[in-house]
Amino acid sequence: MRRVVITGQGTINALGHDVPSTLEAMREGRCGIGPLELRDVERLSVKIGGQVKGYDPEALFNRQQIALYDRFTQFTLIAAHQALDSSGLTFTGDLATRSGVVFGTAGGGVNTWDENYRSVYEEGKNRVHPFVVPKLMNNAAASHVSMEWNLKGPSFSVATACASSNHAMGLAFQCLRSGACDVMVTGGSEAMLSFGGVKAWEGLRVMSKDACRPFSANRNGMVQGEGAAVFIFEEYEHAKKRGAEILAEVVGFNMTSDAADIVMPSKQGAARAIAGALADGKLNPEEVGYINAHGTGTAANDKVECAAVADAFGHHADELMISSTKSMHGHLIGGTGAVELLACIMALKDGVIAPTIGYEEPDPECALDVVPNEAREAEVSAVLSNAFAFGGLNAVLALRKAP
Amino acid sequence: MTENVRDKVVEIIAEQAVLEVEDVKMDASLEDLGIDSLGLVESIFAIEEAFDIQVPFNANEPEQSDFDISSVAAIVGAVEGLVAEQKGG
Repeated sequence: MRRVVITGQGTINALGHDVPSTLEAMREGRCGIGPLELRDVERLSVKIGGQVKGYDPEALFNRQQIALYDRFTQFTLIAAHQALDSSGLTFTGDLATRSGVVFGTAGGGVNTWDENYRSVYEEGKNRVHPFVVPKLMNNAAASHVSMEWNLKGPSFSVATACASSNHAMGLAFQCLRSGACDVMVTGGSEAMLSFGGVKAWEGLRVMSKDACRPFSANRNGMVQGEGAAVFIFEEYEHAKKRGAEILAEVVGFNMTSDAADIVMPSKQGAARAIAGALADGKLNPEEVGYINAHGTGTAANDKVECAAVADAFGHHADELMISSTKSMHGHLIGGTGAVELLACIMALKDGVIAPTIGYEEPDPECALDVVPNEAREAEVSAVLSNAFAFGGLNAVLALRKAP
Repeated sequence: MTENVRDKVVEIIAEQAVLEVEDVKMDASLEDLGIDSLGLVESIFAIEEAFDIQVPFNANEPEQSDFDISSVAAIVGAVEGLVAEQKGG
């Protein structure tokens, strides 16, 4: 069977505007969550988030581009640039037609919706900018990346709420393994930190007003983040032939549905996805040294996730490390699995396990090694990345050290 | 006023539970009435809208909220308190 490796990565998120600064923040257990800076923030009851700060789109994009690129597309293009530059790939001829793009995003151009609803409803305007539709559509980011780098194979976007990026990267993996493509640009992006985007989440009453403390007994909810991460998934022989630097190997993927509740997670659905990813990657449970948890910091997710890991791994659940980096970068919703894959690659490549910060009190229902507060050095040969979405849609990726 | 608060809260809970108003007993818990976590959040939203108040409630730590949801009577009491506090009685 064809093997799939990762040969490039890029990101922009609350922890940094590129991969090295993001990984440094994760190693140091730095928190990127802080006071939100956005219009009408005083009318929100949740006023914190993992916002991308010090960001000036005008320094990176010209006026015509900004008219077309929603913030989620801008983030994607920034991350894609880094990833493609680091991969050293260019796309012409057959490689162009055998390469594509698949990105996760839950909301797409949320800021564009927000700004234009404001102008027609609040300000009573009867005319909107002609590019509203191409700017807000969920596939805008995937399309602009395909256009910018001449990727002519399958390109699409995936929206499965908080599992969007994992579903996207899993599909990219399958496109390569099946032989349909040779290179896939994949990952995800979200830019939901607008007044409407935060207000909608407030309504569900699952948000914390002070911090994201996954697995801690005193956790009180999730905190939203924003940003993007993009990876170059490449067929192994293709990468080897051109002497590419290989960051990690993607070996398994599984997706399941709880078929139960629109918001409450299910242990069985999550455990099936974890076990399915292990089986797909031909991994023994004992080989997995680290799991990047979904770990949202809600009461429900964290205990159900720990129970699912215990179910899928048996006694080995007590040996492995599991951390939630959402404590640092916040929950990027549809982009979250992509930013979290950076921590998985760091674990495999650099032997550094990103911590769960903000951890204050042990919870007997989350009695696993959650790597509290400080990063740890550890050699691991295989890792998992969990994502469990509202709607009961679960997607788990399995990675190994570079061959 | 008190009667009105009770009647309105019971009406909201009855609608959420798909029950007749008479079948919502004051000592019943939301669980007894078959209202799940999503139904609870929706009921609180309806209460906020009906009385134009803010209800302090985080689904992650229901027991730590100032808003007592242990029974229908407790919810009525909590709403009365919030109305007095936020609307000056």
